[in-house]
Amino acid sequence: MRFERREHRSPALVIATPLIAIAAAMAIAGVLIALAGAPVFTAYGKILTSAFGSRLSATETLMRATPLILTGLAAAVAFRARLWNIGAEGQFYIGAIAVAAASAHLLSGLTPILQIPLLLAIGAVAGMVMLLLPLWLRLRFSVDEVVTTLLLNFVIILFVSMLIDGVLKDPTAFGWPQSEAVDKAARLPKLIDRSRLHIGLAIAVVVALVVHFVQTRTVFGVQSRAAGLNPAGAVFAGVPLGRTLVLVAMISGGLAGLAGAIEVLGVKGYVTTDLSPGYGYSGIVVAMLANLNPVGVVFAALFTAMMFVGADGMSRSMGIPTYIADVTVALSLLSMLVAVFFTQYRIRR
Amino acid sequence: MNALIDILASAGLWAAVLRIATPLILGTLGALLSERAGVLNLGIEGIMTFGAMIGWVAVYNGADLWTGLLVAALGGAVFGALHAVLTVTLGLSQHVSGLGVTLFASSFAYYVFRLMVPVAGTPPTIEPFQPIAIPGLSDLPFFGPAFFTQTAPTYLAILLAVALAYLLSRTPLGLAVRMTGENPHAAEAQGINPMAVRYGAVIAGSALMGVGGAFLTLSAFNSFFPTMVQGRGWICIALVVFASWRPERALFGALLFAFFDAFQLRLQTVLSGVVPYQLFLMIPYILSIVALAVMARRARVPQALMQPYRRGER
Repeated sequence: MRFERREHRSPALVIATPLIAIAAAMAIAGVLIALAGAPVFTAYGKILTSAFGSRLSATETLMRATPLILTGLAAAVAFRARLWNIGAEGQFYIGAIAVAAASAHLLSGLTPILQIPLLLAIGAVAGMVMLLLPLWLRLRFSVDEVVTTLLLNFVIILFVSMLIDGVLKDPTAFGWPQSEAVDKAARLPKLIDRSRLHIGLAIAVVVALVVHFVQTRTVFGVQSRAAGLNPAGAVFAGVPLGRTLVLVAMISGGLAGLAGAIEVLGVKGYVTTDLSPGYGYSGIVVAMLANLNPVGVVFAALFTAMMFVGADGMSRSMGIPTYIADVTVALSLLSMLVAVFFTQYRIRR
Repeated sequence: MNALIDILASAGLWAAVLRIATPLILGTLGALLSERAGVLNLGIEGIMTFGAMIGWVAVYNGADLWTGLLVAALGGAVFGALHAVLTVTLGLSQHVSGLGVTLFASSFAYYVFRLMVPVAGTPPTIEPFQPIAIPGLSDLPFFGPAFFTQTAPTYLAILLAVALAYLLSRTPLGLAVRMTGENPHAAEAQGINPMAVRYGAVIAGSALMGVGGAFLTLSAFNSFFPTMVQGRGWICIALVVFASWRPERALFGALLFAFFDAFQLRLQTVLSGVVPYQLFLMIPYILSIVALAVMARRARVPQALMQPYRRGER
C-alpha cells in the first residue's frame, strides 16, 4: 500500500472534510457514551438541546464561542506560517490581567468610548509581548517554540496567580484570590438583553473577516503562507522570513491577548485563575478543524462551544462525565488530520 | 545561610531528588528514544497523564503494583501506536499529531477515570510502592537514607537509562535507530526498514512515558487527580535537548533538574511569607526554557527529526 498525491482537490471535498471528521469523532465518542451505559442518540439529542434548545442556552453557547474564535484565529494565523504558538492560554491570561490592572488603576473613570478600545489594545499588546522571548529563541538559537510557548503558559498562570494573590488582589473578595474588578465603564455592552452575550462576539467575527482579508489580499498574507510552505524557497523568492515571522507572531499573540481582554471585560469583570477552561488549547483544535481558514474558524468555534455547553447539560441529566466534550473535540482534531490527508493523497496498491 | 546548608546536608533532600527525578528520567528516555529514530512525540504530556490514570485504576481494581506499571506501559504504547500511524505511515506534521494525541490522551484519561471512580469527597487511595532499603548500602550514614532507600521504580528508571545508553551506542538495534533518525534513506539502503524502526521507537518510547506517569500515582502519590502531570511531559521534551539526545546525559539532566525542584520546595518553607510561593513554582518551567536556550546550539539534533519518510519520495 502506498499513497499518491492527488492532482486536483474538488472544492466539495474540501468543504466536506471537516464534516466527515466531526462525524467520525462523534461516532467514536458515541461508543464511549454507550460504554458508560447511556443511550447514544438520546445523549446526542441532549447535547444539541442543551446547547441551542433555549434562548438562554443559545446565548451561552455563543458567549462560549467568542474567545474560541479569537484563540482559534491566534493558532490558525501562526500555524499557517508554521509558527507553532501553543502559548495562547498564557497569552489569554496576560491579556486579561493587563486589562484588569489598567482598568482599575490607569484608565479608571474614563468614558467607555475611549476606555474599551484602549483596554482591548492593551490586552492585545500584552499578548504580543509574550511571544517575543520564544520567537527570539527560535530565530537566534533555533529553539523549538512549541516547548517554550507551552512552558511559558505555566509561568504566566503562576505569575497571574501571584498578582491576584498580591498587588492586584481585590480587598473586598473575602480573601479569595481574584483581581480587582474592572471599571464599570469598561464592561462590554450586551449584545442581547437578559443574557450574558456581549459585543465581544461581533468583535471576534469582524476580526475573523479582517484576518481573512489580510491573508488573501495582502502581500504580507502571501508571504506568511510562503514562509510556512517552504521557508528556504520563500527566502530565495525574497520574502523577509524573520520579519514575516515576527509579524505573524505579533498577530497571533495579539489575538490571544485580545481574547483574554474581551473575556474579562465581557463576562466576569475580574480575573481568577479559572477564567479560561483551556480556551488557548481548544483554540488549536478550532484552528485545525477549520483547516486554518479564518472564516472556518468561526464555525469550528461554534461546534466546539456547542460540545462544551451541550455536554455540560447532557452530563447533568444523564450522568456521563463532562469530559466527553474534551474527548470529542480532541478526537475531531485527530480525525480532521486524517481527513485532510486523504484530500491530498489517494491510496495506491 | 545556615538554613541553606541545613537543607543541602539533609538526606531527605537527596532522597527527594531521586524521587522527583524518576518520572522525568522515564519520560525523557521515552521522548529521546523516539526522537533518535526521527519522530518528535509531543503526545508525552497526555500519555503520562493516561499512564498515571490507567496504572492507578488497575491497582485500585485489585491488580498488583507491577501489573499496574505494565498496564500503564501498554496504555502508553497504544497512544504511541496512534502517533506512529499518523506521523510515520501518513507522514503528518509531528507537531500537530503530538498535540492531538496529548489533548486526546489526557481528556480520555479524565473521562475513563470519572467513569471508573464516581465523584467522592476524598479521592480514593491505593497502597503505593514502598521504599526498598538496599541491604548493606542503605546502612551507610547519610548516603544510605539519601540514595539507597527508594521505591523500586526509581531503581528501575536508573537501570533503564543505563540500558538505553548501552542499547543506542553499542548494539546493532541501536545503530539502526540512530541511522533511521539521521538518514532513513541510507538506513534503508543498509537493509533496515525505517518505518518499522520508527514504529518500534515511538511505541517503546511511549510505553516508557506511560510508566513515567504511573510512577506519580503508584509511587509518589497514592491517588489520581487531573492535572497531576503538570507540565512534566513538556519539561521532558526540553530535557531531551538539554541531554543532547544522549541517555546518560538525560539521567544527569533529570537529576539536576530534580535537585533544583527539591531545593526550591525546601527553600519555600524557609522563605515563606517573604517571597510569594508562585515564584518558586515557576522555577522548573523557567529552568527548562533556560536549559533549552543554553543547550540548543551545542546539541546535535538527529538530522531526520520531524521529516516524514516516504519510500520512493526524496
